[in-house]
Amino acid sequence: MRRAFVPMLLVAGLMLAYAPVMIAQGAYEQSMGLISKILYFHAPSGMLMLLSAIVCGVASALYLWRKSPAADRVAIASAELTALFGLIVIVTGPLWAKKAWGIWWDWEPRLTMSFVGWLISVSYLFVRKYAGPGSDKLGAALAVFGSVNVPFIYVSVNIWRTLHPKTTVVPTLPPGMRGPFWFSAATLFLLYLLLLTARIHLERQRATLDELYLAEED
Amino acid sequence: MCRRLLIACWAFLLLAAPALAQRPTGQSEFVPVNDLPPTEQIPAAALLVAGYAFIWVAVAFYLWTIWRRLNRVEADMRSLSQKTARR
Repeated sequence: MRRAFVPMLLVAGLMLAYAPVMIAQGAYEQSMGLISKILYFHAPSGMLMLLSAIVCGVASALYLWRKSPAADRVAIASAELTALFGLIVIVTGPLWAKKAWGIWWDWEPRLTMSFVGWLISVSYLFVRKYAGPGSDKLGAALAVFGSVNVPFIYVSVNIWRTLHPKTTVVPTLPPGMRGPFWFSAATLFLLYLLLLTARIHLERQRATLDELYLAEED
Repeated sequence: MCRRLLIACWAFLLLAAPALAQRPTGQSEFVPVNDLPPTEQIPAAALLVAGYAFIWVAVAFYLWTIWRRLNRVEADMRSLSQKTARR
């Protein structure tokens, strides 16, 4: 994996550079015009935020159940990626909303629950950094609750009346928008996998360093 | 002759009526507002460029932080193994 990392990162970089070309050639949404093109990175970032929160929750549950250090490494890496992609969603969403809805933010279910999901991931990271001994278990419990929030974020637009477009928008994208959307989604997914791999490697190296220090003290 | 002139005038009125009816009426008064409508306040291009710039900067910054943290840990590992080797 380590040998494939740099070529894969180059591929992801090229895809990231080419995505705007595809997006520029893609169709506009009828009622929103130019600003609708934020969709191509906003929605995949939202998908990755939810995916990452689920991975973090499952890995944390495994850590609580089996005390597996590998699961803990996956959990902490996923929490950082949830925070990163959540931040992207929270920043690009209002930029889109200002033009489409005329407001930066609305405390409606989808936006509020996404914000809460992002806050849980940031809380996990603060707990892991500052809560001292036992922070691994406390953080893991927090991450499990964070992942329970994910299905509610997803279905919120279908259950409650919201300003946000429904979940049917992405599967029913017209051909002019489908290509750029799935290309952008594939680009961000590849980037997500690479960032996750690099972050897990960092945690593994930290664990090795801790073992070396312990061996040194002995 | 008089009959033909009457028919021509009538035909002109019939054809001209829809065109006259569709003509927009002039404003009788101006209504002042202090704020532009939300859709005209900010150009979409600026928001779009800001959105994409933020995504690229955020991803690049995160990648850089991982690289920096990894370098620090690996430097610590090297110095520790050198210290052990000297003993």
